[in-house]
Amino acid sequence: MNKQLFLGDEAIAQAAIDAGLSGVYSYPGTPSTEITEYIQNAVNTVETLRTASLHAVWCSNEKTALETALGMSYAGKRTLSCMKHVGLNVAADAFMNIAMTGINGGMIIVTADDPSMHSSQNEQDNRVYGNFAMIPVFEPSNQQEAYDMVYEGYDLSEKLGYPVLLRITTRMAHSRAGVVTRDRKPQNPVRVEKDAGLKYILLPANARNRFKILIEKQKEFLEASENSKYNRLYTPSIPPEGGVGIIACGLAFNYLQENFPNGFEHPVLKISQYPIPRKQLLQLVEACDEILVLEDGYPVVEEQLKGYLGIGLKVHGRLDGTLQRDGELTPDKVRKALGLEVVSPYNVPEIVAARPPALCAGCGHRDVYEALNEVIKEYENAKVFSDIGCYTLGALPPFRAIDSCIDMGASITMARGAADAGIFPSLAVIGDSTFTHSGMTGLLDCVNSNANVLIIISDNETTGMTGGQDSAATGRIHAICKGIGVHPDHLKEIVPLKKNFEEMKKLIREEIEYPGVSVIVPCRECIQTHARKARTKNKQK
Amino acid sequence: MKTDIILAGVGGQGILSIAAVIGEAALEDGLYMKQSEVHGMSQRGGDVQSHLRISDRPVASDLIPSGSADIIISLEPMEALRYLPYLKKDGWIVTNSKSFENIPNYPEKSKIMEEYDKLPNKIVLDVEQIAKDLGAPRSSNVVLLGAASPFTGIGFDKLENGIRSIFGKKGENVVEMNLKALRAGAGKR
Repeated sequence: MNKQLFLGDEAIAQAAIDAGLSGVYSYPGTPSTEITEYIQNAVNTVETLRTASLHAVWCSNEKTALETALGMSYAGKRTLSCMKHVGLNVAADAFMNIAMTGINGGMIIVTADDPSMHSSQNEQDNRVYGNFAMIPVFEPSNQQEAYDMVYEGYDLSEKLGYPVLLRITTRMAHSRAGVVTRDRKPQNPVRVEKDAGLKYILLPANARNRFKILIEKQKEFLEASENSKYNRLYTPSIPPEGGVGIIACGLAFNYLQENFPNGFEHPVLKISQYPIPRKQLLQLVEACDEILVLEDGYPVVEEQLKGYLGIGLKVHGRLDGTLQRDGELTPDKVRKALGLEVVSPYNVPEIVAARPPALCAGCGHRDVYEALNEVIKEYENAKVFSDIGCYTLGALPPFRAIDSCIDMGASITMARGAADAGIFPSLAVIGDSTFTHSGMTGLLDCVNSNANVLIIISDNETTGMTGGQDSAATGRIHAICKGIGVHPDHLKEIVPLKKNFEEMKKLIREEIEYPGVSVIVPCRECIQTHARKARTKNKQK
Repeated sequence: MKTDIILAGVGGQGILSIAAVIGEAALEDGLYMKQSEVHGMSQRGGDVQSHLRISDRPVASDLIPSGSADIIISLEPMEALRYLPYLKKDGWIVTNSKSFENIPNYPEKSKIMEEYDKLPNKIVLDVEQIAKDLGAPRSSNVVLLGAASPFTGIGFDKLENGIRSIFGKKGENVVEMNLKALRAGAGKR
């Protein structure tokens, strides 16, 4: 027995490797990043993996990643694609349609949701996407389950012929526990389906057929759920007459256990695989008068049980206020929902001040914002649309430099819309990785309409916020902008350093005054990746 | 045996290394553990925390319930206070005394110490000075772990092995430095 301490993310990564993975394709996003990083690291350090041509790569965005994974599955190999919850929005076109075609080689898609928004713009619950696409969803309650679900999930995916969505949350992704690993399986050979026919051609006539097949498959998916060892009905030794039955999904099961260290006093249905296991649910409902639903994220199960009108079955949870509607579940919240008292002998003293994250000392984004803020002062109506990355921290003091942060790439497109509406000057601040993820198409729109915008691509040559993963076009941002059609006279580069402060101000001012599309690329490597490279170099000496 | 530990500090101070050493020691001791940590946005100079739970029985929740932490180990004195609602009545705070002031409204030092005066069980140490005196300025977090070691429920020799295994990759010198730091924190030679 090989027991190791793994983060949830690492357990998933190791399980995929052990299940005979041939390729992981992802875009970094907290809290999913460590899965792909772990596999990359394994490929670099484990001889047998290095020689097995296991692909572990960062892609331009989640959509390109998921489609690449589909190509590998098409060829018969096992594949993984990992993203944060909002990343699945980007990949949604591919995701919804992979559910229509089905797969060949086993495919697991990991969505790492972020209830309580530890580092995200929203707390969407991607079990909804699983439901929407009508495919099986796994929701592990602990790291061992995460490992087992992935290890065995590939077999299930291949047996059913469909991808499986693995939904984790920040807490699962970034919590460590002992995990028992299993023997590594060999990779699948290349094995294209001889009888694929029209399977992967979603022309309307065939898509209608594929959808009928997907609908027909639901029975099998439900059966898999009802027979899943991850779904389990617990009945107390002395069954209560009527009373409250509890449904605990994923991590919520642990919080429930925490509050009943000596065993449950209620009938409990643990759900870690979807669709909701109907058979066990019926047994629970028959034994109880009321149901309490504990789930991390949206009231997905609760809404399905309650129905729109809420007539019939008495269901408690996030919708009736038994649990807070938003935010991550905690053992305390579950305790309160169970009607038990939460006792804290000590409170937080009033003097304790908030300590928000900040841009690192010496970061190039700082120099950009300092210069930008100086120039912006000269324009009463200036608006700065920004984006997703470390530079979003420019919203906080001392900078307070930006007016928006919506989704990957929205800085450029919003700046264009606002400029069309008459905002002047209308600026965008975006990072290099975010630009290649979803900013390039927006820039093309700007060029095509000759929008009066200044776009600052603050290039730190990495994907910084997630810890310094490869950026898709390091060293090529200028060439891309030129290729998209930005006029070379208004495509400027500068090194964001104190000594170039006046020069940077001058550039910004000039390009604001130019009535058309301007791009300034302040380029200096992230100080964190720079320091890390220096350390690695020293070690090698 | 069950020990619930809150680790606190400011992003970059090294609380995760402390967690890693305790985790390794717990695993060697055949104990169950869960350790929840913070990655991503909160790392950059913001407050960071980790919940570490060790037990001889399987651990259910990754998070520690309110009022049940046995120790708060903090690399920053104000940060320890942020997690007081987790501390049980007779729990201990083991903290670095030196503040990390990267915010404009950081409270006065005397106000922070007044709060510590109200608490029954605390160890407040200038671990950075101790580490410097040892010639191991980068091991102040391990000094702090040493100071907290009597409350972890893990044998000191197991913690020493944890240090060996976590820092082993960095060479014998780094291991020795950190063992020295651990012993100094624990008041051992």
